[in-house]
Amino acid sequence: MSDRELTYLHAFTEGLRQVMEADPDVFVAGEDVGRTGGVFHSFDGLFDEFGERRMVDTPISEQAIIGLGIGAAVVGLRPVVDLMFMDFVLVAMDQIANQAAKLKYMFGGNATLPLTITTMGGAGLSAGAQHSQSLEAMLCHVPGLKVVMPSNAHDLKGLTIASVRDDNPTFIVLHKKLLGSKGSVPEHAYEIPIGSAAVAREGGDVTLVAYSRMAVEALAAAEQLENEGIDCEVIDLRTVSPIDIDTVLTSARKTNRVVVVHEAVRSGGLGAELAAQVQEHAFDYLDAPVARVGAPFSPVPFSPALESAYVPDATQIAAQIRETLDRPPPGQTR
Amino acid sequence: MKLDQPIITDLHRRMVRIRLFEEAAGRLFEANKIPGFVHLYVGQEAVAAGVCVALRADDQISSTHRGHGHLVAKGGDLAKMMAELMGKATGYCQGKGGSMHICDLELNMLGANGIVGGGVPIAVGAGFANWYRGNDTVSVAFFGDGTTNIGAFHEAANMAAALTLPVLFVCENNEYAEYTARSRTMAIDEVAERAAAYGMPGRTVDGMNAVEVYEATRDALVGIRAGEGPAFIECKTYRYYNHHGIQTLGMKYRSDDEVAEWRERDAIEAHEQRMVDQGMASVADIETTRAEVLAEVDTAIAFAEASPLPDPTALLDNVYTDLSAEISSGAGR
Repeated sequence: MSDRELTYLHAFTEGLRQVMEADPDVFVAGEDVGRTGGVFHSFDGLFDEFGERRMVDTPISEQAIIGLGIGAAVVGLRPVVDLMFMDFVLVAMDQIANQAAKLKYMFGGNATLPLTITTMGGAGLSAGAQHSQSLEAMLCHVPGLKVVMPSNAHDLKGLTIASVRDDNPTFIVLHKKLLGSKGSVPEHAYEIPIGSAAVAREGGDVTLVAYSRMAVEALAAAEQLENEGIDCEVIDLRTVSPIDIDTVLTSARKTNRVVVVHEAVRSGGLGAELAAQVQEHAFDYLDAPVARVGAPFSPVPFSPALESAYVPDATQIAAQIRETLDRPPPGQTR
Repeated sequence: MKLDQPIITDLHRRMVRIRLFEEAAGRLFEANKIPGFVHLYVGQEAVAAGVCVALRADDQISSTHRGHGHLVAKGGDLAKMMAELMGKATGYCQGKGGSMHICDLELNMLGANGIVGGGVPIAVGAGFANWYRGNDTVSVAFFGDGTTNIGAFHEAANMAAALTLPVLFVCENNEYAEYTARSRTMAIDEVAERAAAYGMPGRTVDGMNAVEVYEATRDALVGIRAGEGPAFIECKTYRYYNHHGIQTLGMKYRSDDEVAEWRERDAIEAHEQRMVDQGMASVADIETTRAEVLAEVDTAIAFAEASPLPDPTALLDNVYTDLSAEISSGAGR
């Protein structure tokens, strides 16, 4: 096994390249994905290797891009279509939620839709309110879709390969603030199973449940708190639909306290879903309410001063953990 | 050019199959034997039949909420269709789809669609796959005049033209977008004018004449199969029944006289008259065809009525290929 370091960005490109080399039915279509290699360079080099037939530059037409993928998938190809920014999901939502997600079910199982949709989510680049959102809760609310949101290079490569090989419409949501982060990435093609969380750090006092960039922040918060004698367990969900609730519950039953962290706005977010499921299935194990750390209920602001106040960070997560731990177990007084 | 008798006969039979299936569906809907909505294709038969007779079996079509006619014209099994309309387990979609999601992927009919314009990008995707595979298969998008006002249509038409994809756009201009006259929803006289904006050939034909639709499709397919990119055909036609259901007269948005004028030009009657006039069929031959199709429809109804409803345990099947919906939602733990 290689100890080779690769950036998050290059891990994505390598995973995609390997799955394309192995399967001639895989192609990529989207805005600027071909000759330009994508506005984030996530497709760099693939045009030179695979040519314009398999790296297709399209018009700025998000509905038609998703439709291109659906139609090609339903007749047997294995398309990867790119939506550039996660905010553009909203432009294409009919094709995503009314068409792609439901075809198999509506057709009584007769259709198979091996469609992958790649996009770039998250704030942190002063990209403003229409290029910075974390909209995964909208996607997770739609039966039929799978959604992966990896936090590191290793997971991103494995989940990219798994997503393209998956026979369901699957979103790969990269985080634009993680593109340069490095990690150990094996050279061979490997899969991380969709729907499996990772215990990113073991601990006994409190469970942090996070994904995408917030898993990185949660680990940083756990390190800060180690100096205070607080022992955090960090669950990196990696996939947000379907959620690996078993791994979350196992940890919750061990630590008895849970803090969910996501970059999306707190209200109506995945944190609410996780909190609900934890109390449904592990209520008797809980020593404190399940807490949520997320963005406030506002659009993403532009100015760096405002944006850094908006996006949760390790300090904010650590503060919530202290508060959650400060609460005495039921039946005991402080 | 005079067409061969087999083509004329084929056009006739496909139109009659649509008409008699749809009339039966309307009656069953009125009798509360079909739940939900039915958007009947009656009046527009020459379009689906004319196009589909010109297609090969491997050519794909995408359809609309008014999609029964397209599936019948592509060779759909009337029994599985009727069973699906009734929500039975033996239907095309095992009762999961209904009238607006009826499909037969083996016939390369990629589905009716409940969203206006929803099927057009999908047809372009199938066309892309044909181009990608380097074959000469063509994908056809059926849609109405109203669809040409929705963004997905413009995106899909432009993309097909920009990428030179083998797609035929067939606009069934029945003059009404639901309950609003076309003249109130666009400022042009002929929908086919829009084709020029995408750089594709467009023409308008009489959608009440199956032969004219057939010939226009056949001619358009030559260039498309040769790699020249998409084409657009507008078929001027008329919906005898209301947008939904079987009411035909007494509407606020159109006059009874207008309905009567279009019925005077009925595509099936005109086609039968031509068959007799040109010596391609006798009145008796035509009666025989109608009787055969009627028997097929009756058999389909009997099959559908005798079929079981879906078992509730099938509720969560096929949300995913590989997961049960309980697991994906975390419920049931």
